[in-house]
Amino acid sequence: MSQLNKSNWMKTAAGYAAGLLFGIGLAVSGMTDPARVVGFLDVAGAWDPTLMFVLGGAVVTTFICYRLVFKRTAPLLGGVFQLPTKRELDAKLLGGAALFGIGWGLSGYCPGPAIASIGGLSLPLLAMLLTMVLGWFAAKRIA
Amino acid sequence: MDWTASLQGLVGGVLIGLSATWLMATLGRIAGISGIVGNLITQRPKGDSAWRVAFLLGLISGPLLLMALGGGLGNVAGSPGEVIGAPVGGVGLMLVAGLLVGVGTGLGSGCTSGHGVCGLARLAPRSMAATGMFLATALVTVYISRHLLGLGGGV
Repeated sequence: MSQLNKSNWMKTAAGYAAGLLFGIGLAVSGMTDPARVVGFLDVAGAWDPTLMFVLGGAVVTTFICYRLVFKRTAPLLGGVFQLPTKRELDAKLLGGAALFGIGWGLSGYCPGPAIASIGGLSLPLLAMLLTMVLGWFAAKRIA
Repeated sequence: MDWTASLQGLVGGVLIGLSATWLMATLGRIAGISGIVGNLITQRPKGDSAWRVAFLLGLISGPLLLMALGGGLGNVAGSPGEVIGAPVGGVGLMLVAGLLVGVGTGLGSGCTSGHGVCGLARLAPRSMAATGMFLATALVTVYISRHLLGLGGGV
């Protein structure tokens, strides 16, 4: 195997490992159940705090570990750290986030759990995945 | 309060954080699901799709692996013992919700993972604003749909 092919193979394997860990994390935490997500958002009903623990655990872990990662000057498998450079709090950011929140509240699915649940695919989930992809195309057109 | 669910939520959250850390440490990328898929289907940048496809295959195989292992590792609320829960709405509602999620995360440059996990961990002002906004509209949406319109449970 040439050096280039080996490096590409390692990057692909690293991507798979990240996705696998993410998917296991979503499933262990119950985030692949829309009822649990809606239960968190339903503060006036029988409130389910689980998502708060998920988000808290994820943010604190990432906050601490990112600090260690950024002590290096470059990623382990080459290239550069690709971090968002935009700074402005504009209508696109806030309007987009607002629309996303409505869709999230209606369905109990954000993109991660929706895709992670493909193994238990149902007609409603398929419908959501199709329009979600259409939405991404539309957003790139608008943007 | 359901302490088992809370503990599993915490453990799952730490795993998600480790995944985000791993992706940054190895490939230098933000673990934002909407960005990874959105950029994959619109090919930005070109020729950078192998790790994205692999990430998505991993994401899908995670819950399947837990199901294969059994042992009640997934703590799904509505259907105990099942790792993947049933959608809360029918096809019509989900078509609308999917479009809103797609357009919204596309325009807003991120979702719960990109802004809510990676962005908050970087203390990025844009991510704090976006996370506050989508949490607020999601809370209001659930309140209106469940308590004012009575669309509870199986919409």
